[in-house]
Amino acid sequence: MKIWGFVFVILFLSSTCFAQRRLYTKTGSITFFSKTTVENIQASNNKVFSIWDIASSRIEFSALMKGFEFEKALMQEHFNENYIESDKYPKATFTGVIENGNDIALGIDKSYNLKVTGALTMHGVTKQISTLATIKVNKGVVSASTNFSVLLSDYNIKVPSLVTDNINKKIDISVNIPAFIAQK
Amino acid sequence: MKKIVMLICFGVSLHTAKAQDESMLKSIEDSLPTTEKVTGAFKSTRVINAHSTEMLAKGNLDFRILHRFGFVSAGVKQLFGLDAASMRLSFDYGITNNIMIGIGRSTFRKEIDAFIKGRILQQTKGAKIMPISLLVAAGYAVNTEESFAVVNKPKNIVDRSAYYVQTIIGRKFSSKFSLQLSPIFVHTNFPVNATDDQNIFAMGGGARYKVSKRIALTLDYHHPFGNLDSSYTAPLSLGVDIETGGHVFQLHFSNATGMNERAYITQTTGDFFKGDIRLGFNLSRIFKVGRRH
Repeated sequence: MKIWGFVFVILFLSSTCFAQRRLYTKTGSITFFSKTTVENIQASNNKVFSIWDIASSRIEFSALMKGFEFEKALMQEHFNENYIESDKYPKATFTGVIENGNDIALGIDKSYNLKVTGALTMHGVTKQISTLATIKVNKGVVSASTNFSVLLSDYNIKVPSLVTDNINKKIDISVNIPAFIAQK
Repeated sequence: MKKIVMLICFGVSLHTAKAQDESMLKSIEDSLPTTEKVTGAFKSTRVINAHSTEMLAKGNLDFRILHRFGFVSAGVKQLFGLDAASMRLSFDYGITNNIMIGIGRSTFRKEIDAFIKGRILQQTKGAKIMPISLLVAAGYAVNTEESFAVVNKPKNIVDRSAYYVQTIIGRKFSSKFSLQLSPIFVHTNFPVNATDDQNIFAMGGGARYKVSKRIALTLDYHHPFGNLDSSYTAPLSLGVDIETGGHVFQLHFSNATGMNERAYITQTTGDFFKGDIRLGFNLSRIFKVGRRH
């Protein structure tokens, strides 16, 4: 009987303990690129939120669309007003899992290439994506990065015929988390 | 007893599973800085004739080509006014995100004008709310055309000069609808008609309604107060803004020929509602010449 009580306490402790083992950041960065022969477009957001639950390997991202900075102010205005419609769809979010995330040993300096799969929501459309991410543990600092592409048409973002040569139909996205910190 | 313990364990694991279903981000998103600037109340720095609540970004150069044709009521012999064209060329530049300057030259009275415009308040939403945008503009105009007046001939550059100050108070009510009020004071040293007041105050109003992402309807009106010749009327313009990448085309119908503040406030002729309407367009092309940061 006593053994069951003990098991119960362990289970309870471990579940609450795991629930709190989360890493997060508020200074992640996302940069996207559109390269064409006419012009290159690039914008970055350095205030990307991300949170990673170690036990379940679940990972989430959130970025404010108005947080993307362009070199050309007019491009930024057009991005917000005409393409991504920031007033209607202020955020892009990702909810997914790191496959085999439990392989990561946070105490040992090592680099991992793991698949991250989940749902990317932007411009009011949710699509499943999958990408190979590099997760690095170096002197206790956990960093992560990945590159992937999305099609504008998948997210219902229309490019007027007049500027089709200026904007690539496929946008390259690079995500970089310099350092995750433990959530208290 | 065993069963009860098992049930409790099961319950605990269910509880953690449920907690994970909710977005984990909620736990860190509460500290988001949520004050946000409201941008894009108008497509251009001008509603049609009047300064709008929009500013050029730092380092941006706006090359504007403005045309006003003759009265549509002139009929087919004048190709509904297209035979007569009056224009203004101008360069505007954003010194900072809140200060811009511009120079222009108009066909009408061969007038050269310059202005400086500054933003004092910008509309924001979120944590800190600022319901309106507030801007001020000040300008100078000098006409350089030869005067054939027998009496009251302008003697020097001072006689040919005019000045204005304007306040622009505007609000973007929704992503589609924006409205602004723009009271303006114009001083002309030597009005065309000797009986016209040197000082004219006018109340201005402008509005924008977006019909699609890149097309908007605009309205621009100024009502002058003060003694002006009875042939002068209040400038009213109705237009369509069409945006194509770096260009904004502003097509409109208006009774005003003048394209600077002195000209359209104190020297507009023709009754809009009696067919004295001109076709006109503003073409704005923005070049990035300076660095943004």
